[in-house]
Amino acid sequence: MNVTIVDYNSGNISSVINSFKEVAKDKVNIEVTSDLNKIKSSDKVVLPGQGSFKSCVDALHKINGLVDTLNLFTINDKKPLLGICVGLQMFADVGYEETETKGLGWISGKVSKIDNQGGKFKLPHIGWNQLNILKDSKILKDIKNNSHMYFVHSYEFVPEDKNVITTTTDYSSDIVCSVERENIFGTQFHPEKSDKIGLKIIENFINL
Amino acid sequence: MLKNRIIPCLDVKNGRVVKGINFVDLKDAGDPVEQAKIYSDGGADEICFLDITASNENRDTIYDVVDRTSKKCFVPLTVGGGVRSVEDINKLLNCGADKVSINTAAVQNAKVVEDSSRKFGSQCIVVAIDAKRKDGGWEIFTHGGRNSTGINALEFASRMEKCGAGELLVTSMDKDGTQSGYDIELMQKISSMVNIPVIASGGVGTLEHLVDGIKAGASAVLAASIFHYGTYSVNEAKQYLASKDIPVRI
Repeated sequence: MNVTIVDYNSGNISSVINSFKEVAKDKVNIEVTSDLNKIKSSDKVVLPGQGSFKSCVDALHKINGLVDTLNLFTINDKKPLLGICVGLQMFADVGYEETETKGLGWISGKVSKIDNQGGKFKLPHIGWNQLNILKDSKILKDIKNNSHMYFVHSYEFVPEDKNVITTTTDYSSDIVCSVERENIFGTQFHPEKSDKIGLKIIENFINL
Repeated sequence: MLKNRIIPCLDVKNGRVVKGINFVDLKDAGDPVEQAKIYSDGGADEICFLDITASNENRDTIYDVVDRTSKKCFVPLTVGGGVRSVEDINKLLNCGADKVSINTAAVQNAKVVEDSSRKFGSQCIVVAIDAKRKDGGWEIFTHGGRNSTGINALEFASRMEKCGAGELLVTSMDKDGTQSGYDIELMQKISSMVNIPVIASGGVGTLEHLVDGIKAGASAVLAASIFHYGTYSVNEAKQYLASKDIPVRI
């Protein structure tokens, strides 16, 4: 099996690569690339993302044909894709970080700044927070309710259809932590930085 | 609920830990990778490396250490010490650091903070502030606390937030190494002034000091000696904080 981590200059992806390689060992081939043919032919794709919504979307579009390839992979071929952090946020129609920017539009909704209640809560939301599991998700197999995950973000994904939300976390309000819609998975937290329990989520995705 | 973080810090010189943990089961007490692994297995919420390598020739050793650590530790790794430029930050991130802390370079040229936070995201830019009491306020120092700057620490903290720092690592130079507790007033002043998380550092000698740091408004507490010398384990620290009703990840 081939799992491809999309390398599109979206900031630091070393930790994502290290964690997937740790879980995959020699059983699964982990490829890190922006090569469209390799993405097309892979079994699963990971879309990381750090920095701002706009910078990540811009970086995706800078690679000729990448967005089309990703659309084909997820929407037409319905192969599993995992978005992490801004990688998840880009599923939305639109994001409001820096300036209004169009997202991939895979899951209807918007990405807006976390309401920190006039400074009552610090931003970014950095650190370990607990998952409140709302419904079963394939990537959350064997993950217990209230498990801690590592977060670092100031913006949140607000999907229109609340049914796609699988977990939330309690900060200044209930923040969407993970989503699932058919073959599309996303985590706002960083499974690659969430210790053994985060690696378990990566394992669940690889084993889908 | 968001938990308060406990961050053990390791001083690394020429690729080796300077003050090591005296654990018998360590194969190599000077290996930062092995020590970082012990901390992360013990429940550390993040790991911090401070590179105190004096000469530039040996600077490359830290890249190797970061690279090896990030393949074994799956909690966030912050690296600081001797970071001069956006290129240095880029190199550390590529080796597997999750955050980079900038001290002297941030004071000398705030643009490094602006440029790097725009390029890599605020989430990975930590500005380290070394502050010392002076005339009823605090002055910041650079070059590992050797050079005075005449810059007011509170104003500087506020400026760094505006430049895009994601977190502030605040060290009291008066308290550092004394084991008499954090400079609580300094932590209170800075935490209440900025809207980004503050990591308290400098002076921890007991677990009660960690409690004081969190109560002063810090989101995370950093300590070196109490963990280095095995006085307390990270888990003991967490249990103690929990017993004082401070939310921690256990």
